[in-house]
Parts: sequence; structure tokens; C-alpha cells
Amino acid sequence: MRAVCWESPNNVRVEHVPDPAILNPRDAVVRVTSTAICGSDLHLLDGFIPTMESGDILGHEFMGEVVDVGSRVDNLKKGDRVIVPFPIACGNCFFCTHGLWSCCDNSNPNAWMAEKLYGYTASGLFGYSHMLGGYAGGQAEYVRVPFADVGPFKVPASLSDEQVLFLTDIFPTGYMAAENCGIQAGDTIAVWGCGPVGQFAIRCAFLLGAGRVIAIDTVPERRRMAAAGGAETLDSMDSDLFSTLRDMTGGLGPDACIDAVGMEAHGPHLDYYYDKIKTMAMLSTDRISALRSALHACRKGGTVSVPGVYGGWLDKVPFGAAMNKGLTIKTGQTHVHRYLPKLLRHIENGDIDPSFVITHRASLDDAPAMYKTFRDKKDGCVKVVLRPH
Amino acid sequence: MAVTAFKQESHYDIDRWQPSSLNVGNVERWLSMLGGGILAAYALKRRDTTGGVAALAGAALLYRGGTGHCHLYEALGVSTAREPSYARGTGVVADRGSDTRQQLGGARGIHVEESVTINKPIADVFRFWRNFENLPSFMQHLESVAMREEGISHWVAKGPAGVPVEWDARIINEVENSVIGWQSLDGSTISTAGSVHFDDTEHGTRVRVHLQYNPPAGRLGAAVARLFGEEPSQTVREDLRRFKQLMETGEIPTTDGQPTGRRKFGAR
Repeated sequence: MRAVCWESPNNVRVEHVPDPAILNPRDAVVRVTSTAICGSDLHLLDGFIPTMESGDILGHEFMGEVVDVGSRVDNLKKGDRVIVPFPIACGNCFFCTHGLWSCCDNSNPNAWMAEKLYGYTASGLFGYSHMLGGYAGGQAEYVRVPFADVGPFKVPASLSDEQVLFLTDIFPTGYMAAENCGIQAGDTIAVWGCGPVGQFAIRCAFLLGAGRVIAIDTVPERRRMAAAGGAETLDSMDSDLFSTLRDMTGGLGPDACIDAVGMEAHGPHLDYYYDKIKTMAMLSTDRISALRSALHACRKGGTVSVPGVYGGWLDKVPFGAAMNKGLTIKTGQTHVHRYLPKLLRHIENGDIDPSFVITHRASLDDAPAMYKTFRDKKDGCVKVVLRPH
Repeated sequence: MAVTAFKQESHYDIDRWQPSSLNVGNVERWLSMLGGGILAAYALKRRDTTGGVAALAGAALLYRGGTGHCHLYEALGVSTAREPSYARGTGVVADRGSDTRQQLGGARGIHVEESVTINKPIADVFRFWRNFENLPSFMQHLESVAMREEGISHWVAKGPAGVPVEWDARIINEVENSVIGWQSLDGSTISTAGSVHFDDTEHGTRVRVHLQYNPPAGRLGAAVARLFGEEPSQTVREDLRRFKQLMETGEIPTTDGQPTGRRKFGAR
């Protein structure tokens, strides 16, 4: 089959590789009908996330048709149309049974690597470095899905691939980001980053009762998309972002802030160049302008919700602001399994059509070019969907 | 190199653990359990300081009865355990003063203590471990374990260069759903002992494993040393992780055999 493989930093290729097979009794194999490039794939592309190996198959947002099931998968059969959550969860461990699916204890075969870095491992993820499982991803014609009796979620034929594909990651991720804000009716929510997750966070914040959403990004067309979702927008390169936010909220500050940017932020201030130099010199792992800005701008007693991906040790975190203002910080990889039934209902009811975020559609062979377009935010690119067949 | 590794590992606190920690006789164990139970019941009714003291004393007696081990006796060097009254093995050689016990008694060998918590009922976890033939399914250094006559098992470990290391062991302590202890028979190629304790906790069954190997001198010793790699505790931790995965999910997650675009050396 053909698959999108990471070769070296900023170099992905479509390779011919063997077809996946059932390796464990709870596996399934899915023929991928649609798969997307995630913003977090860009952290892999340039080598920001460690433990990638040449030849690794990328992709953790995918859906398709079940073509094979292992002996212990009794809830799926060949031909079922499913979406597959990006965290791999066993459904049996303490964490899964407590709804903390992305903290699954058992799904990372390379747990020891993550333990060295994080103390304890999170769940294995599809196509997201060896430290987080080393599983082959879904930007391919076929993909093996472990614990297939737990993850894959059947979707009705009445909904198109493009309407349900983002249930695998960015829609629930935006939803959990908003839910983590503990929104009270009428609250003002500021969202850093108007990439796909930011776009969903904006819409989910309104779904959960926010009165205002202020969306912050450098890219004009992303701000336009945010405005179409009802947000007021600001340019993150505005050097007076803090006072603008303060003025917009009557001197109070946003009730909650969402950092949907993560570890490779850009900013107008000196701290951005500080991070940039430190990460280039391998003295630091993450650039955190957005997080700093969110912690600084948030109102007292407010919440900073972080769906953005961070990898390692963060430098110059204004923790004093967090402590003295009594902030709540909530974060985590998304517990996708937890949100699927509810979010599918929102799609079926017509509350939201997630396909609004798609700007580019391409074949699998175009993936290398699409990675570059997406990385460079060229051509108005917000979300790329690939069709492998 | 392997010999050096032994010296480095001598910092492991091996005196804390003895292959057979039974030093309380059978009748006394039953009395301890009974007394402990009464005290615990009394403690539950009286929720004041006296009740608290009674609870602690009751718990200590229950532990003593349950495990056959008394810390006070140990400190005093006393044992009322009749040998080998508790042994499930053939009892050919008394454990106290046995080769294995003596060889593992000093500050030598590989000693590892690790634990894991498993989200499964204690009885399931105990039953799986009690069948030693299951151990190689998650203990990477083991090739096979075969149960022989009552209490005796034959262990085969993966040696270097494909030469297996073999020994016989017997169960020297067993309390259902609580503890299993075993040690190699006298005259085995290597001296080894192990025990596993099971406790019920709010987060599942806690499994605490103690393993001890005392490799013989010479080349075989080097081979045994290599069984556990450079970091024995890491090796055992990985074994226990696989045990947990197997118990909780019924399988051990893997990526071996999945497709990759990695170019094999010389393939292109």
C-alpha cells in the first residue's frame, strides 16, 4: 500500500510499504477513506517532537471501512464505517474506566521512553513518535487499529466523511478545550490560535454558553474564518495585545483563555526570540509565547485551558501570575472517546457542520506538498483532507 | 564486565528480604489471626483512641498470622515455625540452613523489588501468577516454567548464545490471594528465590515482587548476570508492565510486524 512516511525533519514522502495485518486479538484493519493533516503533525514534521524514526507512517485523524477484525473484536464487522479516535485506549485500565482515555495505562508499548521524560506515560497515539507508542498512522491506504473493540465509532451513512472525520481529533479537542474553561453563561473566552483546533474551540465555546469569544492569530484568513464563527478577532503580532484584551473586557480580562497554539508559538516580543534561540541551541524544548500571553491576560480566578501540544520543559513560564491571580490551568491530550456520542448528536442535529474548516482536498500522493502548504500557511490553508483511494 | 555489575548492584538492600521469611509456627499463626480478628472487630465498634490502638494491634496480628512472619521475632532471631511445616514442596531439605538460603543471605547477587497495580480482582491476579507456567508470557528472560510434582517447578531461562540456564524451584510459602514464595532447590546451577505479595487497594490489586538471583562463579555466573541486563529493576518493571497489560487487556500491545517505510540496510 501507499503511506505518508516521515523521513527526516521537513521531509515526508509517499512510500510503498507492506499492508498492515492483525497482530493482536483485539486489532482491526481499516481501509482509510479520508484522513487529515493535523496541526500537531507539523510538530513532527520539523522534528520538534523527539523519537521519530525514518520511515514512520504519519497520521492520527482518519476514518474508513473495517476490512478485518481480530478474534476478540465482537462489536465490529467487515464493512462497518468507522471513525477512529487518535488516542489508543484499552478500556480496561483504571484510567480508561475513569474516562481518562488519553491517559490509558496499557496502550503504549514504549512506555519506558515516555516515563523517562514525563514520569508516567500517556496513551499510545497513532503516528505520533516512538515515545508515544510508535504506532503506524492513518495517512495510508490501510491502517491497523489496536483495541478496536474500544476505539472505532460507527457513523451513520447519512453523514459524509467530511462531516464526521474531525470527530477523530480536532472537534473533540476544541470541545474539551472549551469545556475545560468551565464556561458560565455570558462569559468572555479568549482563544490564542485560529488553526483548526482554535476554530472548533471558538464554536464549542459558544455551544457551551459563552457570550463573547475573542480569537487571536497572525494569519488574516484564519481570523476571517474565526469571525465567521462569531468571534471578535485580534492580531497576535499586536504588541499591545494585553491592554487591548483588558480594554475589550472593561478592565477585567477574559474569564478564560484557551492556548490552541502550543509549543511552536510566534510572538512580537523579545521572549519569542529568546525561546527561538534557546530551542535552536537545544537548551529548551518549546516556544511558549502564546501560553505566557494567556497566563498574563487571564482575569483573576479565571481558567487557562491548554489544548495546544507541549513537548518538554518550558522556560520562563509566568507561574507567579498563575499563582497570585488564582488561575486554574487545565490541559491534556483529548479524551476523544468520552465526547463522541454527544458531538455526533450535535452534527446530526445540524448544530455544527465540522466540514467548514476544510480548505484543501488532495490525494495521498499530494501529501508532501500539502504538508509544506499547511506548514507555511500558504494559499489560505487551514485544513487538508487526503483521500487515499 | 558482568562481575563488575554484581559489585555495583551490591547497594541493593538485600538483607531486608529473605527468601523464607516465615518464623511463626502454624498454631501460633491461627491464634494470631483469631486474636487479630477479634481486636479488629473491637476496633470497629470503638471509634476512639483505644479503638485505634486495638486496630493497629489487630492489623499487626492479622499480618503475622496471614504471612507467618513476625517482625519482633525476626528482630529477636526467634522462629517458632516448624520446618518445613509450611512447605508445599517435597521437603527433602529444610529451608533454614539450605544452600539457597545461605547463598542468598549475604550482600551478593541481584536483588530486585518492584510493584505494579492491576485493575483486576485479586483472585484472578493471584491465580494467574500461581500457575508458574504463565510467567514466561510476560517475563522476558524466561524461556519456560514447567510444573512438576506438587510444589516443584522446572525453570528455563534464556542464556547467552542460545544456551539455556535451568534450575528447579519449589514453593516455600503460599497464602491464597496474599503471597507466593519460591526458591531454587539445593544444588541448583544458580541460587534464586522470589516472592510476590498481593494486596487489595482502591485502585486495584497491588502486586509486589521480590526477585533474587545469586549467580555462581565463572562463565555461567556471567550468563546469569546478563539475564537481567544492566538495570535489573528496569527489566523487572517491564515484566510487570507486561503482566498488567496481559491481565487487564488480555494481550500485550505491540507494533512488531506493522508496516514501516524504513529502508532496510542494503534493501535498496
